Formats: sequence, C-alpha cells, structure tokens
Amino acid sequence: MSVRTEEMVLNMGPQHPSTHGVLRLELTLDGEIITKVVPHIGYLHRCFEKHCEVMTYPQIIPYTDRMDYLAAMGNEFGYVIAVEKLLGIQVPERVEYIRVIMAELQRIASHLVAIGTYGADIGAFTPFLYCFRDRERILNLFEITCGARLLYNYIWIGGLSHDLHPDFIRLTKEFIREFKPNLKELNNLLTFNKIFIDRTANVGILPLETAINFGITGPMLRASGLKWDLRKDDTYSVYNKFDFNIPVGDGRMGTVGDSWDRYFVRVLEMEESLKIIEQAIEQIPDGDVTAAIPKRIKPPVGHIYSRVENPRGELGYFIISDGSTSPFRVKVRAPSFVNLQIMDELCRGHLVADVIAILGSVDIVLGEVDR
Amino acid sequence: MIYDFFYNLTGSVIISGTVVALLPLFAFILPFALFAVLLERKVAGHMQDRLGPMRVGYHGILQTVADIIKLIQKEDIIAKDNDKLFFNIAPVLTFAGSYAAFAVIPFSSIFLGADIDLGIFYVIAVTGLVVAGILMAGWASNNKYSLLGAMRSAAQIVSYEIPTILIVLSIVMLTGTMSLYDLSENQTAYFWNWNIFGGPNLDIQKFLLIPFMLIGFIIIYISTLAEVNRTPFDIPEAESELVSGYHTEYSGMKFAMFFLAEYANMFAVSAILVILFFGGYQSPLGYLGNTLNIPWLIPIEQFFWFIFKGIFFVFVQMWLRWTLPRLRVDQLMTASWKYLIPIAFVNLLIIGVISLI
Repeated sequence: MSVRTEEMVLNMGPQHPSTHGVLRLELTLDGEIITKVVPHIGYLHRCFEKHCEVMTYPQIIPYTDRMDYLAAMGNEFGYVIAVEKLLGIQVPERVEYIRVIMAELQRIASHLVAIGTYGADIGAFTPFLYCFRDRERILNLFEITCGARLLYNYIWIGGLSHDLHPDFIRLTKEFIREFKPNLKELNNLLTFNKIFIDRTANVGILPLETAINFGITGPMLRASGLKWDLRKDDTYSVYNKFDFNIPVGDGRMGTVGDSWDRYFVRVLEMEESLKIIEQAIEQIPDGDVTAAIPKRIKPPVGHIYSRVENPRGELGYFIISDGSTSPFRVKVRAPSFVNLQIMDELCRGHLVADVIAILGSVDIVLGEVDR
Repeated sequence: MIYDFFYNLTGSVIISGTVVALLPLFAFILPFALFAVLLERKVAGHMQDRLGPMRVGYHGILQTVADIIKLIQKEDIIAKDNDKLFFNIAPVLTFAGSYAAFAVIPFSSIFLGADIDLGIFYVIAVTGLVVAGILMAGWASNNKYSLLGAMRSAAQIVSYEIPTILIVLSIVMLTGTMSLYDLSENQTAYFWNWNIFGGPNLDIQKFLLIPFMLIGFIIIYISTLAEVNRTPFDIPEAESELVSGYHTEYSGMKFAMFFLAEYANMFAVSAILVILFFGGYQSPLGYLGNTLNIPWLIPIEQFFWFIFKGIFFVFVQMWLRWTLPRLRVDQLMTASWKYLIPIAFVNLLIIGVISLI
C-alpha cells in the first residue's frame, strides 16, 4: 500500500529573517526534505551598471560602495584599480599601503558580519553581538579616517580623499591587540561548539570540481580545498610585500568543502588579515596621498578587466572607455551573484533547517547580487 | 491547607474554590512572567555585552509592564482563511495546559491548591494539553511555517516525554508516592536529604544512588528543556528558519497568551525538577522559624526557598539559551531515541536494583 504524498512549495523570503536581505527562495519540499531550490533575485536592483554610463568616472565611486555594502572599501579599491590601469597612472606608495590596510580591515569587518549572522542563523545569538561589537571598532576606525561608517567614498582615482588621522595607527594597533583574544573567545563559544559542528559539518558539501565549474570564488572556493587567492595568485597593489598564508578547508570536522569549512576559512582569514595589517602599519612610508589625483579623468579609448579579492570572492570590473569623461559600459562580476547559483546544487536532499545553514555559509550580500 | 483557610473565612465553597484557583495566577504566574521576561532580557543583555532594557523605570524594571500594555492595545488580527474556532481556542488551551499544572504544585507546606495523590501523574497529563494547543495553532493559522513548526513541536514533545516519565518513574519507585506534597515532605530538613543526594535514608543505598540520581537529573533537565521548547531545542519556533513557528500568525493578547504559557511552563518544569530532586520547598539549611520559635515564619521561608530554587533553574534555562546554537530536527530525535531513552531505561533498572538492597 502506498500513501499519496504531495510536494509542498514553501516561499522563503523576501521578508524572512535568515535570507540576509531581500532574497526569495522558492523551496520545493517533500516533507521537510528539499527537492528543489529556486532563488529569485532582483528586489534590490538599482541599475548600477546602466547608471554608470551617465556619470563621470569619479562619480561612480560612491555607487560602488552600495553594491557590497559590507565591504565598501573593497569595492572602491577594485574599481579604482581598474580605472587607474585604464589611465595608466602610478599612485604613491603610501596610498597603496593605506588602501591595503583599509581593505584588510574591511575584510575583517565583513567576515565578522558573515560569521556573526551565521551563528544567529544556526540559533546562537550571542556570538552575533560579540562579532558586531568588534566590527563596531573597525567602523570607528573608518569613521575617524573619512567620516563615514558604511559607505566611505574614501579611495579615489589616483589617491585618497584624506590622509590617515594622527591617532589611526595607535588605535589600529590597540584594536589588533584586543581583537586577538576576542577571536579566541569566538572560537570557544561557537566554532568548536559540538552542536554548531553537528549542524554545519557534512552539510552542503561542495566538491572542488563543482565549485570550479560553477565559477565559485573566494572563501567558498578555498574551503573546497583550492589555494586560490587573487592577492597572491594575481597580485595587485602592494600585496606581494606582505607575508601571509592562504587558509584552505581541510575537512577537519567532516568532509572538505562542507559548511563548517566555509565558516572556518573565514575565521582563519581574519587572522591572516591581522597579520597583513600589522606588517603594513610597520612598513607604511610617508608621502602625500592626494598628489597623484588627476585633475581631469578622461581615459583613452579601450577596455579593461581588472579583478580584486573581495571578502566574498573575485570582484571584477570590465570597463569600456570611449574616450569621454564617462564610461561607455561598466560590467561588474559580483562574487555573491556567482556564488548564489550553487544553492540548488548544495541544498538538494537536505532539510529545511540546512537551507539556512547553507545560505549562511555562502554568505551573500543582496546589494551586490542585484546591483 | 489554603482552601480550608478560605473556607473557614468565607463559609462558601464557591468563593473559596475560586480564590484558590485564581491565587496562583495573580499571586504568582503573572508577576513571575513579568519578572521572567525582564530577567531573560537582562540576562541576555549582560551575556551579550550590552545593558538590556534601561528606559522604562529604574534599569528598565517596568519594561515588561509597558510591553503588556502595548500588547493589550494591539489589534487582534485574524486572517481571512484561518480556521477561526481553532485559531481562537489554541492560545487558551495552551495557556490552560501550563496553568493547570500549578494546581498541584506545593509552593510551601500550606500554599498548595490541591494535594491529590497522583500529583506528578496529573502534571504530566495536563501539560500534554500544550501539544494539542500548539498543533491547533499551527493548523488553524493556515500558514506553512506555522504548520511545520507545529508538526515539529508535536514530534518533539512526544519524544521527550518518554525520558521524562522514565526518570519520574524511578523517583516514584524509590519514594513510593506520586503526591508532590509527600515528595517534598520526604526530603525534609537539610540538603543531604534531597533526592539528588540519595534521599533521606542514611544507609549504603544513599551513596549508591547518588551517581544515578545525577544522571537522572541531567536527563530530565534536558528532556524538560525540549518539552518547553527552549534552546537548544527551540526548533518549533526556530526564528531563523520558521519565522516564529506556530505563533507566527498571532498578534495582540493571543500572542501574549502563548508568551505567558511559555514562561509559566518554564517555571512549572523547573518546579517539578525542584520537587523531584532538590527537596521542593524545603530549606537546605534548616529554618529560621524553628530557631527563633516563630511557627508562622516557616511557610514564608519555604515559599522563598521554593521560588529561589525554581528561578535558579529558570535562570539556567536562560543561560543555555543565550549560549548554545540550535539542533536540527533529526539530531533532536536522535538525541532522544538513541541516547536519552536507553540511558533512562538503564538508569531506571539500576535504581530499581539498588532500592532492593
């Protein structure tokens, strides 16, 4: 005898506490088991790419901030590098160092949000607030530097909007000193918690081959076991001057490429970022940060694809210049957008609760997915 | 007992019955719920490196009063496709289930609604009503998240009642009584007479029992956490997955009823734990009333100790909630059926053998 069963379609989002913004997931459920996931995006579409065509090159910088709003410095960094390559200008050494410090601080801040919200998704609410407490200090550092806490417009083409605040170096050192024990506390509280490991290890396993086929980048790709980091493999700015490791997933708690690995790679990356910041602070040269800013930005006819390692993966800008003051076309390769494709592949056969665990480990920012 | 006191005072069965029935609600459950919600928020706040409510009253002590006033004023929303009858009954039933348990809980040797012989059995039976209420709420809400939450809740509570009952059974077997009043009276005087330390008798049995009582206590604590849907077992209302589970569709006072039931339940299970293992209302260190020869002081002291112990276990529940992540449905079932139930069975057998010595 067989009982007739029906599949249920469950709409998760766009108003759902764990979809990290306005993502809508259409889940097809057999009981509580997922048979299909269809992500629906576009609720935060702001026509960034089209908008770029009517603005001058410097005017675009504040709009890049609004893509991955948790890693605005990284977005500016990537865009500015692309335009500088197009213009063929060199920036002073000090500017490069400050940019790297900012990008790495931003990476820590962004990973803190990723880790904290991941904990909250799994049900541990306290680590979330601990992470935000530490992120707050990074935002304070940004605030004394450029006055803004989330959307900075700090990294300009050929330079920076302001030099560092006189207290910045001291406060950053203080932050690093106090952040290290907090990271240890976070590991004790969440990373090596038995329940947390049970929930995330062996959940949403992403084999390396699938990851490469889907074009996955960033911590997700590294968690699947490939040592691929644009800061080392396609180095830009002054990253080749620093000594740091690229953490990869090793399947310590389950299988290589599971959600726990994706989570833990982010924790390890924060430690590496701290190393980079420490070295950069020691080596930072003197100089004028606004000296190389060109008066009139009018790149020659041509095109460029330039990419940087953002906290979520490879952020690429493809810019076509027609020789005028505004770009003919700007195309952004957004890491979250590419990484989100994998949802259906990862979720099939898991439970509803695992969708949350997997989505959190993919770590998307809807501002960047929809642009 | 308190009923006789009111009966002698008024001479009417109806008045004294009503007073005794309402006394736990107004003297205890409502103030406790107000206090517990504030405590929860303060505990959470301080654990998370923040202050918690600070604005209403000194350090926010009136915050929950303000919240209740807000909830009363709120519109009571019933969606078009809800099953109206069940939707309205569900919160009442859930609250009734947890409230009815207070009828037999002895707050002190004189503050006791009804001393029935099957006290612990009655508590387990009436708290089963809560499941019915939750299932009704989930079904009548006509919402997929609510339904999933309700289904999970039913499975969870049914699974975890078994280890609870097995441990209760071992205590009942040992003491030979199901009356909560007798259970409390048995563990009289000092704390080494509590069941967790092997009970009041002082021969070899007592020392053999201690490790198994500890195991039993841990099992029953885990199971009761699951029965009142607290973290790490708050799967029915897992906010990150199911929005808020079976009470997603509720607003205003009906939501407050669920909320009240949750906190009443938290105290009810803590009270049962205290009665079974930690001497009920008995003082751990003897009574001041006995030393000073003031007999009327003793019940007050007993009341204090009972509340103190109960709130301590409620505090532990909160502590766990803000520390641990949440289990997944299948892991939850595994924990109960593969670990807790077999261990509880073996524990029951061993305690049975020891009691024969």
